This record gives sequence, C-alpha cells and structure tokens, in this order.
Amino acid sequence: MLEVKDLKTYFYLDDDQVAKAVDDVDLTVKAGETVAIVGESGSGKSITSLSIMQLINKPGKIVDGEISLLGRNLLNLSNREMTKIRGNDMAMIFQEPMTALNPVYTIGNQITEVLRKHKKMNRKQAKRRAIDLLKLVGFPRAEDTVDEYPHQLSGGMRQRAMIAIAISCDPKLLIADEPTTALDVTIQAQILDLMSDMKEKLEMGLLLITHDLGVVAEYADRVLVMYGGQIVEQSPKRNLFKDPKHPYTEGLLESLPSVHNDLERLGTIRGMVPPAHKFPTGCRFSSRCPHAMDKCFESNPELIDLDHEHAVRCYLYTED
Amino acid sequence: MYKYIIRRLLIFIPMLFALSVIVFGLAKAAPGDPFSTMLDPTIDPEVYEDRRDELGLNDSIPVQYARWIGNAVQGDFGESIVYNSRPVMDLISARFWNTVYLGLVALFFTLIVAIPIGVYSARNPYSILDYFGTGFGFVGLAIPNFFFGLLAIYFLAIKLGWFPPQGTVSGSDVSGMKEFFDRIHHMILPGITLGLASTATYMRYMRSEVIDVLGSDYIRTAKAKGMTDRVVLYKHTLRNALIPIITLMGFEFGVLVGGAVITERIFNYPGLGTLFLDAVINRDYPIVMALTLIFGVFILVGNLLADIFYSVVDPRIRYD
Repeated sequence: MLEVKDLKTYFYLDDDQVAKAVDDVDLTVKAGETVAIVGESGSGKSITSLSIMQLINKPGKIVDGEISLLGRNLLNLSNREMTKIRGNDMAMIFQEPMTALNPVYTIGNQITEVLRKHKKMNRKQAKRRAIDLLKLVGFPRAEDTVDEYPHQLSGGMRQRAMIAIAISCDPKLLIADEPTTALDVTIQAQILDLMSDMKEKLEMGLLLITHDLGVVAEYADRVLVMYGGQIVEQSPKRNLFKDPKHPYTEGLLESLPSVHNDLERLGTIRGMVPPAHKFPTGCRFSSRCPHAMDKCFESNPELIDLDHEHAVRCYLYTED
Repeated sequence: MYKYIIRRLLIFIPMLFALSVIVFGLAKAAPGDPFSTMLDPTIDPEVYEDRRDELGLNDSIPVQYARWIGNAVQGDFGESIVYNSRPVMDLISARFWNTVYLGLVALFFTLIVAIPIGVYSARNPYSILDYFGTGFGFVGLAIPNFFFGLLAIYFLAIKLGWFPPQGTVSGSDVSGMKEFFDRIHHMILPGITLGLASTATYMRYMRSEVIDVLGSDYIRTAKAKGMTDRVVLYKHTLRNALIPIITLMGFEFGVLVGGAVITERIFNYPGLGTLFLDAVINRDYPIVMALTLIFGVFILVGNLLADIFYSVVDPRIRYD
C-alpha cells in the first residue's frame, strides 16, 4: 500500500555542507500491518516519516526517490494536491501531545476542520462525528470534551485527541512518530493499545517510529533498524529479537535488561551517532562497530537479503 | 469574568486616589502660582492676597485637596485660571473626542501597516521586503515624532499640497459627509506621525511572533491534517501571534491619548495634548491636574481592556 523507494532527504546547511539525513531508504507498509522503525536519536527515522508526509521544511529537501501510496507517486503531486491526501489518506501523530494541539481552539474545532475539509461535512454532521470519534478513542464525556480546550486535558488525553483527529477520515496509513515517548509508562500502554485497536478496526497500515524496543516487541509485525539515515537491518519482529544480524542491532538488544539472565552491567554501544554531514566514508557504523574490518572503513556495504524476509547491511554477511 | 471586571474596577478606586494625591501634591509643590506670570509685579500685595483668598489658595493643603477631590468626583474640576474662568470640564470635553479620534486613526495606521508587513517578513525572512521592513523599523523608532511631523508638513502638506498642514476641519461651512471626510483628511498626517514609532514596534513584534508560531508543533499538526497554507496562516498562526500584540495595545491606549502632546502641537490640532501643554506653560493648575488624572484613567482602562481581550483570544487565560 505504501511503498518508499530510494528515498533521499538531504539538508543543505549554511556552510555548503550536506546532511544526508535520509539516504536510500526503501520500505513498504501493507494494509493492516504494523511496521516499526527503530534507531537512536539522529538516525533519520523522524525525517523519514516527515518525508512521507512531505512536511520537510527548509533547508531540507527530498532530493530523490519515490513514495507511492495506493499506487500514486506522491512526489509528483503539487503541494495543493498533497493537502487533499494529508489527514485524509494518511495521517500522522506526533511525539509531543502537550504542544501538538493548537491552544486557542477547542478539541471539537480541531477535529471538525479535518472532517469539513476532507469529507465535506457540514457543521452539525462534523460535530456529531467528532463526538463519536472522541468516544471511540475513550473519552467518557465526549459531549463535553468537544467544547474543551487542549489545556484542560492531560497529556495522555491530548494524545487520544490527536488519535481521534488522525483517524477521523479513515486514513489508509497512520504514521506515529514516537507517540508515547512523552507519556508515562501506564499511559503509554493504553495509547499503544488504542492505536493497534484502531489499526485493526480501520484496517490501516501503521508506521510506528520509536526508539523503544519494548514497544517494538509488543506491537510491531516487521522491524526496520535505522542508523545514519539508512536501514541497516530489516526483518520480521520474531527474527530480529531471536537472531539479530547487524552489530548495531545486537548492541541495541544487549542494552536492554532481561528477566532471563542476570547481568552486572547492561551492554552499551560506545560513541555517538555521527552528525549527518560527516558520516565516515565506509560503513556508517564502522567507527563504533566492535567487529569492524579494514574494508568497513573503505566502502559502505549494500543491504543484502539473507532470506526473502531478513536483510542486513554488513560485510560480515557477504561472501568475500 | 464579570466578577473579575468588577473587581478590577474596584481596584481603580484606591489607585486613582493615590494618583490624585500625587497629582495634587506635585501641583502644590511647584513654585509660584497662576498669578506669578499674569500680574504686574508692582501691584498692591493686598489685592494679590485677596485674589489668592478668592481662589482658596491660602487654605491649608488638606482642605484644598478635599475641596478639589470632592468636586472632581462630581465631574467638576473647577475653573480654568487662564481661559477666562471657563469650567475645566468644558475645555476638556470640547477637545476630548478630537484626541480620541486622532488616537484611533493612529492605531488604525499602525495596525494596517505593521501586521501585514510583519506577517510577510516572517513568512519570507531575509527577503528584500523583509530588509526594507527592518530598515523602516529602525528609522521609525529613531526619528523623533516632532521631526517626522515637520518633514511631513513640509513635503506632503506644503510642497505637494496633498494634505492640510494643520487644524481639524477646513472651515465652518462644510457639513455632513463632506465634513466627515474633511476631518479624516486633516487627521491623516498627525495620525501617521503619532503612530510611526509604534508601527515600527508592532512590526518587529509581529515578525518574531509569527516566525515563532510557524515553527511550533501545532502548526506542523495543522499541516499534517491537510490544511492549506491559507488556513494554516489565517486560522492557526495569526490568532496565536496576536496574543502579545494585544498586551502592547493595552499600553498603547493610554500612550496614544497622553502621548499626542507633541504631535498635536506641531499640527496645531486642538486636542487634549495642546490643552495640556498650554496649561503647563501658563501654570493653569486646575487643567493640569484634571488632565493628568484623566490620562491616568486611560492607562488603567487600557490595561483592563488588554486583560479582557487577552482572555477572549487566549482560552488558557480565564479570570474566575
């Protein structure tokens, strides 16, 4: 349903440097499927999702690639045509529920404006639908909540309202960019359960951006691991946790506490993600990789298929 | 809300009382009296004392204050000493609306120039028009009112003859709509002069506020909902960006009335400013005291209006 090919989003910085925030990303999301993108801060996962929505601001630019949703290449569309797709065929939920809603308009107003634009509803129909949507996402007093302002709701409730906005036009694709990072743990589970409920009901594809492997383990069908603007490993969820291939994925998993083995210290990945305008020449993980070989510093490996579902970008798995 | 307004109005009473004591005290502390510039120094001192007795200037200060404030709350500020003993209230009410209209014209110019240019600058930062606006801002703040007024009179009124150089109306024979437009025509130059400095201030405020709001999370949400650029700007951005401008306008309200002193003088415009200046020069204390008190009331009312508008625009502010 969503197919992204060779997506390149670069940021042109002041001093003639180019930050390759997203570099050759391929991904697909099928209807009813949850695909998770994991990675550290700065790995390019948020930029990938904003590129799909075409909400990249200057100095960023999508320089190459193809993003097709339901068979239409979105990159050929004008900005005006995109406004008919955003919020309608695909919708997005953001990380910060506290600031993602406009403080001066009621919750109802912010839902109905989407319905009135995309579904051409009149004021009354839209309001009735807004109340239904609020009930659907778990507001007990939806009739009152439509007339309330964002500041009257808690963070978790605001994120529910964001979900109501996002699903209001029955989108085919829902992108959630770290939807629970700013919420406390008990609320996180509620919000994620709500999102996967909605996904089932509306048969949406869900693209879940997160750095929380616990969330991935619970909710994802397939996982893409991003590092330095590229996908370094992709696989069905089960394989990834049982049999991680890329040293970076291994590092991420070792840094998780486990109930099965008692460790003195959790594993860490030394160093930091290099800034996107000065990646190493070879493999982008080479400077931090415990298994780095000579050729890792010379050229960047391709993403190679291990079997038809599992792919990894690492010289440890090439023939020669 | 109504309770809040009533409470604020009640707080006016002690504030005005304090203001009246200060005004009265300053007037009394000033050396000399109205006669010191009017009378022949060789006049019989007994006549001089008789005149002082007549005006009650020889009573004790508290008695004088009580008499003045007692009459003032009934709207009687005594009689002008210089203007042939005409009641102060008559002199003020004859000029009051001239000043208010001039203030409104100034505010109108300020807003129709500052808001569009500020918004344009914010959406196209570092464009030619933005630099032009910035330059205009600095010039507008740097040029003193009186100098700009003189330039305007010399070039626009005398050289080009586009506007009348002084007064409020061309003659007593114009009436009806003709009079209305004639009065407006007379107010344009003093209005622009009076509004110049605040135009520059508002423009800079508007520019930085809009840039701020355009970068906020809820604007990204609005775009992700498929809202067009127009809706994002006019609905989601402007209302938020105007909140600080409203605070500024509250102060402006008092300043426009009190601050027209120099502008009115230059354009020979019969308003409160001209009256105030003449009264100060002639030591016409009843007028000075009355006007100072009225300017004080304007500032208080301006602040109250700002607070009320504030809560209308921003639902997070509620006074109950």
